[in-house]
This record gives sequence, structure tokens and C-alpha cells, in this order.
Amino acid sequence: MHEAMVAQSLLATISQEAAKHNAKPVGARISCGKLSAVNDEALSFAFDALAKDTLCEGMKLTIEQKPLQARCRTCSEVFDVEFAKPKCSKCGSEDFDLLPDAALVLEEIEFQTD
Amino acid sequence: MKKVNVGKKILSENEKYAFENVLFFRKHRKLCLNMISSPGSGKTTILTRTICDLKDRIKIGVIEGDIQTDIDAERIRLTKAPVVQINTDGACHLSAAQVSAALKELPVKDLDLIFVENVGNLVCPSDFDLGEHGKIVVLSVAEGDDKPAKYPAIFAKSKALLINKIDLLEGGRVDFDIERAKTDARRLNKGIEIFTISAKTGEGMNDWYDWLTQSVEKL
Repeated sequence: MHEAMVAQSLLATISQEAAKHNAKPVGARISCGKLSAVNDEALSFAFDALAKDTLCEGMKLTIEQKPLQARCRTCSEVFDVEFAKPKCSKCGSEDFDLLPDAALVLEEIEFQTD
Repeated sequence: MKKVNVGKKILSENEKYAFENVLFFRKHRKLCLNMISSPGSGKTTILTRTICDLKDRIKIGVIEGDIQTDIDAERIRLTKAPVVQINTDGACHLSAAQVSAALKELPVKDLDLIFVENVGNLVCPSDFDLGEHGKIVVLSVAEGDDKPAKYPAIFAKSKALLINKIDLLEGGRVDFDIERAKTDARRLNKGIEIFTISAKTGEGMNDWYDWLTQSVEKL
């Protein structure tokens, strides 16, 4: 629901980078954590609408979800959490602490070259 | 085509203000809790009852977040607790910048605890750190016991869960399996404190009050 705000912030950051590199951005790769409440389709939709008539118009966004990780309290293994049945991938313990979810990050921009 | 690595956080503007708020709470040694739930789960009723019942133990101030109106702030005002209303004009969550501005209007030095009552929404507010010490998620039994499984993010990120309106369980007027909700909430968050309460009748509120009092003392 707040994707429009995220899209606005993303557009501002990409526009700054584009000015720095003096090139037209055609694509961007974004990553977010699994607990993030950002929906791919809603973000792309909002971005397309906001980017209209700007240098960013027509950009393709790729959104990559990073796994949620946890540290096992029994064997200290760090593992990717399966939401349906979360347990340590090494010892099977269900006693673990979640690690902070990955932030929403603009990883990479692809620019057009002449 | 030329690819350029950027590696910038998209919500860094919110994070900047959230960090300012962290420093503010640290400097003034005040506890701040961010209350999040669906609309209608009873956040404001929990707050008004908590403020009145704890008035001799903890001084509480409130930042109210709503899309429109100051109906909730008006209810808090009746308890005589200081309150600031934020209207988000459509936005589905509070931002750290809004909380930072509201803090300047609260008589912070006279308070022990600041509650932020977020906009009623079980999804979006979980993405926006306000610089608080912890999130409190409220789930009323009328919403169904499947919510911790369906909305894992907010239950995974919260320090405490208040299962509210348990008076509705009497006589089977509402079906809600408390154990199922607890198990699902703890699946990703072993340390979450869970209180089953009725802010209307007062049932279960004492354990919540003890936890709050200890949290203020531990600061």
C-alpha cells in the first residue's frame, strides 16, 4: 500500500544517479527482505506512473527477494528460514533468533550507452 | 549498456529520522513503544485503560496516528494524558519524521513512556522504523486466530502481542483458538511476550501492566 512512497524515493535516487553519470537509465535492480511489505507489481505500477515524462520513463525494475535468516540457539548455525516450518538446517532445532531482515536497497542501475 | 552498482537504501530518509528519534529517547531516557494493529482491534481502548490504571505508577504520553480526524486523540485527552494527533491524509503508516515533529509538542520531560498509536494497518507500518524501543502488535479475537500465520512480518518484528477482546470468547460468540495464535506468533519470534486481555472488562491487564512497568524500570 505504501509502494507509491517507495517508488517516489526510488525515482529520486535513480534521477540523482542518472544526473551524476549523465546517461539515461533503462533498468534497475532492487533487493528487499522477505518480511518487507513491498509488493513487486504495485511498486512497478507506481514507478511507471511516476516516471512518465521523466528521464526514467520506461525503465524496467527487477525486484529480488532476499531470504530471512536466523541463528540457531543450539548449534549457532546461520540458516535461511522456511516460513512454513522454520528450523535449523544443520541440527533441526526450532529454537532460533531471527536476524534483521534485509533492507530495501537499490542495488544496481543499468544505463543506456551510445 | 552500462551497469552501475549503487547499493543505496531506498528508505534512508526515514532511517535518518528514526535514528534521530533513537538518540532523542536515549538522551531523555524515555521508553517508546509503537502500537500496530488492524483498524478496530482496540488500540485506543487499551491505551485509555492503561493510562488510567497506571496513572500513579507511570506517566504516559501518546502520539496518535490516523488517516483523518482527531477522534482518538479526543479519547486520550479525556484521560488527561498529553497527546499529539498526526493526520497522515491517506498514508497507511506513520513515518519517523512525523514522530520526530510530534515529540517536540509533547511535554517529554514529565513522561516515563511514550506510546505511538500507528495507523490501523497490519502490513505497512511494520516497514517503517520510528526509532522506538519495540513494537506492540494488537490482535482482537474477532479478527480470527489465523492472522499471525497470514501476516508474519509484524508478529516476527514485535516485542509483545496483546490478544484483545477475550470477553467475546465467552459463550462461544467468537471462535478463536488462542493456542493456535500463540504458536503461530512464536514460530518466527520465540521471545515475543503474549498477553491475553480484555481492555473492556480489565481481564488479563495486570500482567501487561507489570511488563510495562518493568520495561520502564529496566531502561
